[in-house]
Amino acid sequence: MTGTEPKTVPFPLRVPGEPFPPPRYEEYRRREGLVPTQLPNGNRVWLVTRHTEVRAVLTSKKISANPDREGFPHISDTMGVPRQEQIPGWFVGLDSPEHDRFRKALIPEFTVRRVRAMRPAIERTVDELIDTMLAAGNSADLVADFALPVPSLVISTLLGIPPVDRDFFESRTRTLVSIRTSTEQQRDTAAKELLRYINRLVGIKAQWPGDDLITRLLATGSISVQEMTGVLMLLLIAGHETTANNIALGVVTLLLNPQWVGDQRAVEETLRFHSVADLVSLRVAVEDVEIGGHLIRAGEGVIPLAAAANHDESAFACPHAFDPARTERHHVAFGYGVHQCLGQNLVRTEMEIVYRRLFERIPTLELAVPVEELPLKYDGVLYGLHELPVRW
Amino acid sequence: MRITVDSDRCVGAGQCVLSAPDVFDQDEDGLVVVLDPRPAPGEHDVVQQAGDLCPAHAITVNED
Repeated sequence: MTGTEPKTVPFPLRVPGEPFPPPRYEEYRRREGLVPTQLPNGNRVWLVTRHTEVRAVLTSKKISANPDREGFPHISDTMGVPRQEQIPGWFVGLDSPEHDRFRKALIPEFTVRRVRAMRPAIERTVDELIDTMLAAGNSADLVADFALPVPSLVISTLLGIPPVDRDFFESRTRTLVSIRTSTEQQRDTAAKELLRYINRLVGIKAQWPGDDLITRLLATGSISVQEMTGVLMLLLIAGHETTANNIALGVVTLLLNPQWVGDQRAVEETLRFHSVADLVSLRVAVEDVEIGGHLIRAGEGVIPLAAAANHDESAFACPHAFDPARTERHHVAFGYGVHQCLGQNLVRTEMEIVYRRLFERIPTLELAVPVEELPLKYDGVLYGLHELPVRW
Repeated sequence: MRITVDSDRCVGAGQCVLSAPDVFDQDEDGLVVVLDPRPAPGEHDVVQQAGDLCPAHAITVNED
């Protein structure tokens, strides 16, 4: 255990012009113990940067994911979506055993086998979006025209949203995550409209069952109609922008490293390499707990940094190289512990289909601006691209 | 090598099925099922990987 007071570092905001993950993560990993930082609100919390310790935090029973607990490191607003105390069913903020009822009810929807069965529908969605882009000319913004609609339409299908409502659903979900092109009020309105829509949809499915996730979830009897809204909103938020960012960043990386086009292993490496959800798994200690020889006291906030862990040289050889041939697969891009991404196999499948179909159907795809001019996301919770101008 | 699993701990991430599809499966509830509790030596590496990747530590791998 360290005796001297370690030096507090600035909160790890992304800085325009600086590569991601930032070089200072390397310095943090070399420090003994954990790294204290200050939240924008002044609270002191611990950053965890080494792979082993990030995993230890995310599996510790003494560390909570509940944002209602005193000391929880709140780092941002919730994109217009009410906080979980106002929206029951937001189970990512619950600990075991309360959390497990929701997770267990949802697991059958995202098994490897179930996701495999969704492949033809995902391929159709991807092909239709490519058709539309090709019909519109020889250039596109691959974020707005492709990367965001893919996961939104996949989620619509999964939830059993009627085709006639899909444009509504897609446009509102896009507004919700487009922090550059929408105002706070527009995002707030979009979130309210989505909540209202989902609420109504649950009511309809309760009365007229279909072959979809909502119907099956209601049939389990373990989740109430009120909780369904929170659960479904969570699936939407968790599966939308994260997937879109991985799609967009992965396409850029493949354009820069064309030798990996057509290699399925690029999916796993994209997840690790870009680690778009660096600042997502926020935690608070509920008891005194030792992590990596360092004491975290009850009530102190803990922020495991996924991008730092995924670029830890003690876990990944040459971590800063994009190398789909690497054999290490233990990245924490989807988190770790009981909250590890429920939709991870769906995301992998979406990414695999997207990379394959995009380069098969548009072999002359190229960036329409120099790579250093791409607008990277420095201002949201997730790392990604605001726009991706391409041409063919 | 002998594999034991604790399906109470399982969170259905499916990493074991992706790592070692001939050794692990998911049941109707999406929870881990061992197809081959004593896998052949050729499977040992992927089984070790499955054990390490499991986010809920639901898989125990014992070497004989």
